[in-house]
Amino acid sequence: MQKITRETLIEKAKSLLADGTVTRVLGWKKGDFSYDVTPAIFTSVEQMQNDFVYSEFSGANFSKYLIKETKKEDGKVLVFLKPCDTYSFNQLLTEHRFDREKVYAVGIPCEGMLDENKIKKAVGDGILSVCCDGDAVKVETLYDGVKQLNKGDVLSERCLNCKSKKHVAYDELLGEDGEVIDSNRFDEVEKLEKMTADERFAFWQNELSRCIRCNACRDVCPACTCEKCVFDNPNSGVENKSPANSFEEKMFHIIRAFHVAGRCTDCGECSRVCPQQIPLHLLNRKFIKDINAFYGDYQAGAEVGSRAPLVNYTKEDLEPSEAVNREDK
Amino acid sequence: MRKCSLANSQLLFDKIAENMPLYIPVDLEKGRVAYKQYQSGMKMSDALKTDRSAKDFFFPQTENLMEFKTEGKSIEIIDTRSEAQDFVVFGVRACDVKSLEVLDKVFLAEPVDSYYKNRREHGVIVSMACTRPTETCFCSTFGIDASAPAGDIECYKTEDAFYFDAKTEKGKALLSKLDCVTEDCGDEQVKAQKEQIKKVLDKLPLKDLKADEFGADKTDKFFNSPEWKTLSESCLGCGTCTFVCPTCQCYDIKDFKTNKGVQRFRCWDSCMYSDFTKMSAGQPRLTQMERFRQRFMHKLVYFPTNNDGMFSCVGCGRCVAKCPISMNIVKVMKTLGGKNND
Repeated sequence: MQKITRETLIEKAKSLLADGTVTRVLGWKKGDFSYDVTPAIFTSVEQMQNDFVYSEFSGANFSKYLIKETKKEDGKVLVFLKPCDTYSFNQLLTEHRFDREKVYAVGIPCEGMLDENKIKKAVGDGILSVCCDGDAVKVETLYDGVKQLNKGDVLSERCLNCKSKKHVAYDELLGEDGEVIDSNRFDEVEKLEKMTADERFAFWQNELSRCIRCNACRDVCPACTCEKCVFDNPNSGVENKSPANSFEEKMFHIIRAFHVAGRCTDCGECSRVCPQQIPLHLLNRKFIKDINAFYGDYQAGAEVGSRAPLVNYTKEDLEPSEAVNREDK
Repeated sequence: MRKCSLANSQLLFDKIAENMPLYIPVDLEKGRVAYKQYQSGMKMSDALKTDRSAKDFFFPQTENLMEFKTEGKSIEIIDTRSEAQDFVVFGVRACDVKSLEVLDKVFLAEPVDSYYKNRREHGVIVSMACTRPTETCFCSTFGIDASAPAGDIECYKTEDAFYFDAKTEKGKALLSKLDCVTEDCGDEQVKAQKEQIKKVLDKLPLKDLKADEFGADKTDKFFNSPEWKTLSESCLGCGTCTFVCPTCQCYDIKDFKTNKGVQRFRCWDSCMYSDFTKMSAGQPRLTQMERFRQRFMHKLVYFPTNNDGMFSCVGCGRCVAKCPISMNIVKVMKTLGGKNND
């Protein structure tokens, strides 16, 4: 099988730009280091040859950017989507959040993205470059020469627990498609469920006490697309720019988790961007796990137009008391 | 100059904590580092930077400013401040020490912010030279010397000892209280470490970043640059850069009606937010590009214009490491900064 590289993607973009299919490309732009990759719009092949990058740090999920991009009167945008990104793509389409006609989606394979925090923890300060070769990650450092790490030790949490290598949306696919994976992504949730209520409260109190309310989790979230969030709206009565106390620390995250319940595809962007390393995805996964348990397996974004269990009434739906009283919470 | 062997560091910390609350950087899980109030036996982190800067001690993210009680036509104003005790922040890096100088320009200028002033007067800063600066560091761009971190007491940590050099009256007063755990010494070790730090600084990937093109009175030069559009196009509008920044100083004040009266509350605000400086007519910066531009123009142009050329970035690199989309002041300076930053 042909390996999909940066050059493959540039070639694809080149032909789509040349034949007028698209006017611009939503891609990853290289930074000053290996890991500081920025989402960017490229309008020419030259720009891509200079700055485009597809690496183990191209983690950013572009689906949400399509809301803004498809409002432009400027033809189609080419977007590269990793398997997990395609679920967000479908979910946004289900919610009529962007114009599908203005997008040309190219599915690209993903071998898992690296977590720079894990790399920093493993090698310390002074990371000059990071380079992946199969399962080996070579890190050139300022102080200790080249250090070799195992990819599995520095993969992002969401990639360690990858739920799918299958693309559920695309106009064109590069490489071979993968399969939905029977992952262990609910293991951490089960650990939390096994705690006593007090232990669980203490766990979240500790995690959320670090929140600085930068809103990065919300602003990056493809399920958070309200034009005006209640937390930014002075007229809502709950607007706040900082958590004034531990109640407010929790309120923001719990309300957000409720609001995206049934719509969250578990893309993991919230935890990736959190500057305080709060495992926010665990809140969402708890909802996903409960929805699966109560209504049968449901994956948000697996298809366009599916009715999520929480907005789809059936006479067989369980009563609230059954959820509260069940043995296995 | 005084020294204290590392073998005696617990004695040293105990002695300081005997006099006043002491805050030291501590390693937490998953590589996190934060200042914690010292309890006997606590181990100081050797990490380069705390996740949040020392700004929090002087300008906390949230604080209650005052309360009002009304009875009939009279209003009683209640000062709710309780902090009146001296405290020590230990191990503050050169960039973060400099950030306090930046904040002083804002909060100690007329009208003086008495909340900030109170904490500054009570706080003693023990700095720490950086022997292992990291790839995101660029303090030298702003003329900061990581080998001379300043503070009330300038501190160096070698393989076997802390070396202390009191720089202010506050620093001298604290150091004199530590006579029993420190001893007089020469400065050979410190000189050697300074040389070593200079060599490392010269190897940093951002060592050539220059701020020369920016500074006072450059508004017209940069304000309408077409590059702002591309630089800001993927900005999420979150507040990460502003909240991890040691020099960002914007805040919001609100009055809350409580059962006991009215409480006046202050918290950090972010120029990246859609409701920043919102007035009856709305938010003056309608697009994310304008908000993005504001942040960097403030750091690189407006602040120097109003403060004798002082930049309000200290090159700590926190925003470089933390921005969700990895857009940051370094990339802005490289893009707008002309030939010097090619």
